Amino acid sequence: MTAQAATATALSQEALSRDIDAPALTVVEKAAPAVETQKVVRDSRPLRLITCGSVDDGKSTLIGRLLWDTKAVKDDQAATLTRDSGLGRQNDLGLPDFGLLLDGLQAEREQGITIDVAYRYFATERRSFIVADTPGHEQYTRNMATGASTADLAVLLVDARAGLLEQTRRHATIATLMGIRQFVLAVNKIDLTNYDQARFDAISAEFRELALSLGVRQVTAIPLSALKGENVVYDGKASMPWYDGPTLVETLELATVRSAQTVGFRLPVQRVCRPGESFRGYQGTVAGGSVKPGDSVVILPSGMVANVSKIVTFDLVRNAAVAGDAITLVLDRQVDVSRGDVIAAIDSAPQTGLAFDAQIVVLQPDGIEPGKRYWLKSGSRRQRVTVRASTKLDLASGKWTASETLEMNAIGKVHLAFDELAIFDPYEQNRNTGAFILIDPDTNNTVAGGMITGKRSAHGGLSDRESRVVLSLPVDLAEQLMASETFASRRDEADVRRTSVRRAKDLLGEIDG
Amino acid sequence: MPDSRPDTELRDTPATKPPLDPHLKALENEAIHIFREVAAEFEKPVMLYSIGKDSSVLLHVARKAFYPGRIPFPLLHVNTGWKFGEMIAFRDAVVKEYDLDLVSYTNPRGAAENITPFTHGSSRYTDIMKTEALRQALDLGGYDAAFGGARRDEEASRAKERIYSFRTPDHRWDPRNQRPELWNIYNGMVRKGESVRAFPLSNWTEVDIWRYIQAEDIPLVPLYFAKKRPYVERDGMMILAEDPRLELLPGETLQEGVIRFRTLGCFPLTGAIRSQATTLDDIITELETATVSERQGRAIDRDQSGSMEKKKREGYF
Repeated sequence: MTAQAATATALSQEALSRDIDAPALTVVEKAAPAVETQKVVRDSRPLRLITCGSVDDGKSTLIGRLLWDTKAVKDDQAATLTRDSGLGRQNDLGLPDFGLLLDGLQAEREQGITIDVAYRYFATERRSFIVADTPGHEQYTRNMATGASTADLAVLLVDARAGLLEQTRRHATIATLMGIRQFVLAVNKIDLTNYDQARFDAISAEFRELALSLGVRQVTAIPLSALKGENVVYDGKASMPWYDGPTLVETLELATVRSAQTVGFRLPVQRVCRPGESFRGYQGTVAGGSVKPGDSVVILPSGMVANVSKIVTFDLVRNAAVAGDAITLVLDRQVDVSRGDVIAAIDSAPQTGLAFDAQIVVLQPDGIEPGKRYWLKSGSRRQRVTVRASTKLDLASGKWTASETLEMNAIGKVHLAFDELAIFDPYEQNRNTGAFILIDPDTNNTVAGGMITGKRSAHGGLSDRESRVVLSLPVDLAEQLMASETFASRRDEADVRRTSVRRAKDLLGEIDG
Repeated sequence: MPDSRPDTELRDTPATKPPLDPHLKALENEAIHIFREVAAEFEKPVMLYSIGKDSSVLLHVARKAFYPGRIPFPLLHVNTGWKFGEMIAFRDAVVKEYDLDLVSYTNPRGAAENITPFTHGSSRYTDIMKTEALRQALDLGGYDAAFGGARRDEEASRAKERIYSFRTPDHRWDPRNQRPELWNIYNGMVRKGESVRAFPLSNWTEVDIWRYIQAEDIPLVPLYFAKKRPYVERDGMMILAEDPRLELLPGETLQEGVIRFRTLGCFPLTGAIRSQATTLDDIITELETATVSERQGRAIDRDQSGSMEKKKREGYF
């Protein structure tokens, strides 16, 4: 073993053998948690959240504090921290430098910078949490978009002394664009304002106004000191008797996880399972709604219909599956289904078409080149697309301005034109079937993340989804109309059903009535 | 891959097991999704199988992902030749029981140059018998995707690694130049010679692994459970003394005690812990009150700061 290795071993050994009652690293006691000690069964899915803020706001300290006070940091990791931090990088309370705990890569440790998105895990008795930790300054749009794409909640961090900054607005805007509708405003370093309630009230009022302007109503503002551990995991009543709201962790425990269960059923087919002649199942993760045997489904883009005969999983043949479940679906008849197809509820199918509008976040230095053909991947479907930018978001003012080019970190509105039918829901309605990535065919790199806003008609304008015309025609006339060029070119915008004269009359009567 | 498994098994599946709690179910769903996506998008995937608890969970999820079909790729075991005897016996039993395709690979340099963890130091030994061996085995098989059981909570550099971790033709990982990964949409496009390492268990923690093993009743190598075993103390680690190749150094004595292992690797490099945990319940209780991380028993992670990142850049999992 090398000398270096021997030293490392000795250090860890010291950590191992040290007396629990006399921690070598901490002067602040890892006190018994103030949260209820009774065993509560975890009955919730993990909450995914993103933390937004910069080093100056104390973000590393806040995350470090969360991990430390929920005991997600083990003693040997803390020993490594102390070893690496040396004498210079301890914080004022004698705790190890939390930034080092979070900066996982050698380059980051050496240069004192943070690159890219890191994922952190901690749990309380009630729930477990996945934190997407993104750097506050460098490439924050790209990294924030990545972290926010899977998050249900954003923690926006501000320094109590500085209040809201321009970057707070930027972070809130990006989080909203990515579909986050729950904000926590963490007003950090409140201890440095002498726990000034008026200051806190002013900052939170200003933030609520900002959030409302973005359409976000669910806002919790919390005065806290990450360094001292007040209102993070343990309450800060001793210093802030005026605050009777929840701690950060209590807020996170009660936050809601987004659910795609209330929308129409969608199963993007990942693969076809054919272990033998007698079995043919379609494997994928339910991307919206729910399904049960007997349900009628449509296969897109072909438009063929079938009924669900059973839902197979390893454990049992199930009588229902909901959004998020990884299942194998068996249909009642032989239909042509392959990877990239979407099996959907027949009465609320997603939109299909050759042209859609979307918002994208540009992730690579080359930007988005006008007219270039990219690969678009959404769910399990990958197809060619031409991207044309129309406007760009100015994050400082929140305004959209015309722009035909989008550079790295830009957020823009684009038109997507496909060679083959594309299948989407608006992102607002379904984050699974409304999201996509763009891949550069030259580099194979992921160059943008996108969110569908709506379908465009083949003639340019957004299709008017507010009003429709229902016709009831004799079959021969309908067939003639459908054979016309105009109709054929916009076939994907029309819903056609064949029914009896009597039923058609009833349906029209219903509309009139 | 053809499968002759009869359809009747579908009807024979037990319905008595209580459903997974929503937390574990969400993690399982995500892992199954990743397995299916990689299997569909890559030409020649392989699953790294190291026989440990994470590999056991990985294998279990893989069986679920492709059921009622067979797992459509082989398992690859990079065998250093220095694994615990019980691990190899367990591996062979599992392969037989579940009808798996196993490829076992050992770097020929090990025998040719007589490379051992005792003579070459843990760092150099690992470089050759694990990292280099893995690269050789992947090249030999022409695999364009390799599943691994790594988790982001294990180690600092892992926390920044993608679920699809892109590797150059010489298997290098460039942490500064990773592809962004948004939502659950994975970019599986690679050129010839390039590959990805795919980590379906990225978002699991150690406690999740154990709770899942318990909930799903997944068989494990018995070394994870406490038992009276012979050991020697060396470099602050308790080394299991069952393999005749372990020679006592001057001053060392053969001891005996109730011990178990939190992770399993090469026996000379894996330290045991004192523990009375003989059941999964005991282990989970022990874990929830544990103050040291699981990799504490691994000599190879501590060779130098950032050593895992260094190994990964060179092609280690």
